[in-house]
Amino acid sequence: MSSPTPTSSLADFAADLVSGRITVIDLTQTLSADFPTIALPPEFGQCAPFRLEEISRYDARGPAWYWNNFSCGEHTGTHYDAPIHWVSGKDFPNNTVDTIPADKFIAPAVVIDCSRETAANHDFVLTRSVLEAWEAAHGPIPAGCWVLLRTDWSKRSGAAYANMKEDGAHTPGPDPEAVRFLVEERDVLGFGTETIGTDAGQAHHFTPPYPAHFYMHGKGRYGLQCLSNLDKLPATGAVIVSPPLKIQGGSGSPLRVLALVAS
Amino acid sequence: MIPPKRKNPLLRTRAALQPPAARSRTALGITAAAARGGFALQVCAACQAVQYPPREICGTCLHDGLAWRAVPPEGTLIAATTIRVTADPYFRERTPWRTGMVAMDAGPAVIAHLPAGVAQGDRVRLAQKLDRAGQGAMVALPLAQPGDLLDDPMMREMTCDPKDRRVLVTDGRHAVGQDVARAMLAAGARVWLGVAETWRPFAAVEGAETIELDLTDADSVHRCAASHGGRLEIVVNTGLHTRPGGILERGDLTTARVEMEAAYFGPMRLAQAIGPALRARAADGTHPACAWVNVLSVYALANLPSWGAYSASQSAALSLSQALRADLRPIRVVNALIGPLDDEWHQAVPPPKLAPAALASAIVKALRDGVEEVAVGDVAQDILARFRDDPKILERELAS
Amino acid sequence: MTKPTRRGYDGIVVAAPTTIPYERYSIHGAQRWIGQALAAALKRAGLRPADLDGFCCSSFSLGLDTAIGLTQHFGISPRWLDHIPMGGASAIVALRRAARAVQAGDADIVACVAGDTNHPDSFRQQLTGFSRFSTDAVYPYGAGGPNMSFALLTDAYMRTYGATREDFGRICVSQRTNALSTPHALMKRPLTMAQYLAARPIADPVALFDCVMPCAGAEAFLVMRDDTARALNLPSARLLSTIERHNAFAADPIQLRGGWAVDRDELYGMAGVAPADIDLLETYDDYPVIVMMQFEDLGFCAKGEGPAFVRAHDLTARGDFPHNTSGGQLSVGQAGAAGGHLGLVEAIRQLTGETLGAKVADAKVAMASGFGMINYDRGLCSGAAILGVDG
Repeated sequence: MSSPTPTSSLADFAADLVSGRITVIDLTQTLSADFPTIALPPEFGQCAPFRLEEISRYDARGPAWYWNNFSCGEHTGTHYDAPIHWVSGKDFPNNTVDTIPADKFIAPAVVIDCSRETAANHDFVLTRSVLEAWEAAHGPIPAGCWVLLRTDWSKRSGAAYANMKEDGAHTPGPDPEAVRFLVEERDVLGFGTETIGTDAGQAHHFTPPYPAHFYMHGKGRYGLQCLSNLDKLPATGAVIVSPPLKIQGGSGSPLRVLALVAS
Repeated sequence: MIPPKRKNPLLRTRAALQPPAARSRTALGITAAAARGGFALQVCAACQAVQYPPREICGTCLHDGLAWRAVPPEGTLIAATTIRVTADPYFRERTPWRTGMVAMDAGPAVIAHLPAGVAQGDRVRLAQKLDRAGQGAMVALPLAQPGDLLDDPMMREMTCDPKDRRVLVTDGRHAVGQDVARAMLAAGARVWLGVAETWRPFAAVEGAETIELDLTDADSVHRCAASHGGRLEIVVNTGLHTRPGGILERGDLTTARVEMEAAYFGPMRLAQAIGPALRARAADGTHPACAWVNVLSVYALANLPSWGAYSASQSAALSLSQALRADLRPIRVVNALIGPLDDEWHQAVPPPKLAPAALASAIVKALRDGVEEVAVGDVAQDILARFRDDPKILERELAS
Repeated sequence: MTKPTRRGYDGIVVAAPTTIPYERYSIHGAQRWIGQALAAALKRAGLRPADLDGFCCSSFSLGLDTAIGLTQHFGISPRWLDHIPMGGASAIVALRRAARAVQAGDADIVACVAGDTNHPDSFRQQLTGFSRFSTDAVYPYGAGGPNMSFALLTDAYMRTYGATREDFGRICVSQRTNALSTPHALMKRPLTMAQYLAARPIADPVALFDCVMPCAGAEAFLVMRDDTARALNLPSARLLSTIERHNAFAADPIQLRGGWAVDRDELYGMAGVAPADIDLLETYDDYPVIVMMQFEDLGFCAKGEGPAFVRAHDLTARGDFPHNTSGGQLSVGQAGAAGGHLGLVEAIRQLTGETLGAKVADAKVAMASGFGMINYDRGLCSGAAILGVDG
């Protein structure tokens, strides 16, 4: 068997990367212990925050090397949601991070900029009409692409990022109709946000609750959350590289998310 | 007492020496009584003679049945001295040091530490206190003036009054931590109150300084230790992660791991980060570092199966506290044992339940009394009494 | 049943009073000090080691050795051996046991030797592990050692009997006078009452000159029959009587009297003498309060009259009540377990005419007493012996 010959377009791609005609943008939040995690009522099981324990640092525990053990939940920090994460997606084949086909980890993305609306309203809801207005400006959302909701929420930190009130978190997200539109009428690959979840902070009160989780995973689609730097992406034309850790049977994982953008 | 002067940074911090610690096993009965705030001497089962110094055989009738019993602690101070020259480096730094001979009404003659003011001929009450070696010691307190001797230099070696000391309370998210902070402030301490995950809403305690501290996060603990470790005199570890559930009923380890993080790994992390500085300052000035307090469930002693995993985490914490007691010495490790708290996690538990404010007051009192173990509230005292009666019987009782 | 009369010590003498001059600190072991004393005593008597058939040893600083280890160390093969761990009472107890052994024919010549070495940290080390009761109930209370223990006894005695520091000072100042002619005394300068009273406080009311100075040294004497001494051409003193008592008056809340008070009538009765017949007294003197108690409990004055007694008498070697004529431990030094031997050895010297310093004129009858072992709050051992000139 002979090796496949690289296509000329892949060679061009490589050349464009080297020459800087394609820029790589890191969409990932730093994994750190103080980064907020999803807050559920305390009688539920909880997602573990990121933790780092030093094994050795050029000391008696290991004279020439520095390394750590880390621990966290699958849904800690910038992370990937596989379909199996939600009950509506539990029966799909290849619905775990280790079985999702690798070609799903590199895909184009469109960016819906709602940063202005979100600044005015923390509970901003992404509706079908907002999506349609976006399409009017940028053309139809193509099948098989990521839809990334830009809210500039990633510019916040700590308490402002979690934005917890007595009635729960107040963060933007899509309503059920918007998610159904993306999945059923546009056949997108997945939905990504800058907030702790793909759903709005108050999405528990939607019908169904947590529609982004319910419908996206219910159709075998994927989620990305805690993204950053979405303001550096064009509305269309970016390519997202987002392979999660290959955790056996995993429902998601922290990951490095990169965007390739034409300079 | 005058508030402590700020230390001269050009002078070496006085090393934390300990008084002579060697004791016979028998004499540890006094240590045990002092640790619990009691007063006990051996009494002969045959002739009722009260013994001192501790013996293995009755000094009156040669009987070998000597049991530790509460005995009347009163007596008369019949001789006293002020030691100005001593063979021991700990006492050498603390001379003049007063000791005296007390003729107890119960019989024995007892050499005891003396506070200032008590004089030959005075009626006195003997008390057993833990010294800075963690060993039981006899002190003679004036009967006429039972008030607090917290500012007496000798008594300050035996006790851990929070007044004018700097206190870290680890968990400001919990009502216990908040009430301990308030009680410490009321006792005259300066308080730093740790709050984990400050991105979640929390209520600050007026007068206490809120600091970020998450015992489950090594980096957070090290940052706290680096910023505050060198100026703390008391640490109160109030980290409680109280969750109901038996072992089989839970079916997994997720909550149990969090319980162990809160009860065991977290305090271990904090001890490793802050303990060396605390111990190194155990003789620093008039208000040296002195105490490490743990709030522990009394079910650390014997498992309450309906809270089986939680009880196990508390047993780990109790065992950790015993190790710390040796490692941190002369810092005193105080365990406040509690029954059910009057909080949301014990909603279905019938009263009596322990109010966090009552626990906070008991912790302050335990520090002032200089004890090492205190059972706070009716349930904790009941369980502790049953434990001391027979651990096996208690285990079966709790499992019924 | 009537109590049988104690058998006397007919024919038993003590001889060869020996002192190895004291040193404040020594780099040598106690074995060396004890061995030197044994060698000196044998040399004084003209004996070879092989001639010795009895050996009795006392020391605090032999480590794991006792008398038996020393037999091999010194190359002696006694048929009678004893080890007396009774501190300042060891000399009297050793004398009593050796005398009976010789009297019974179990041994012909017994060397009674005591010695200790002293390193800069020896005292503290000895205090930390002195006794079970001391470890549990004394040392942790300020680690004042015997200074603290005797401070409490002195405080109680002063309050009970009205003694003053000057009263104790008379004892210490007189002994210093005696010590000035004793060549090996560590204290070589005169002591005035003013200096005594102005001394640095150690554990109130005990001040510097109330305390002995721990040091290295050794003392020895030989016990034998009078005919043996004559055959050796060795000056000797007769043993007239002895007493020994332990843990006396246990119910007293604090020690204001010692075991001598129990047995003193027997002491005088056995010797056939009265207190007034005693020409010189060598008491155990690690602190002056215990000296004052011995004056009382040995019958030289009534209980509580010790202060008046010392005010009424000249306690120097040439005074009307010669006491601790070599200077005693207070001025010569306390060579550990040899502290109790110091007085007995001095008594022998005074009666055999071998004094190193001041000689008591016409001394015929001498008493030496011992006291030892502050196990907890009081000295547990007491003993005394009366010796008479030979011939």
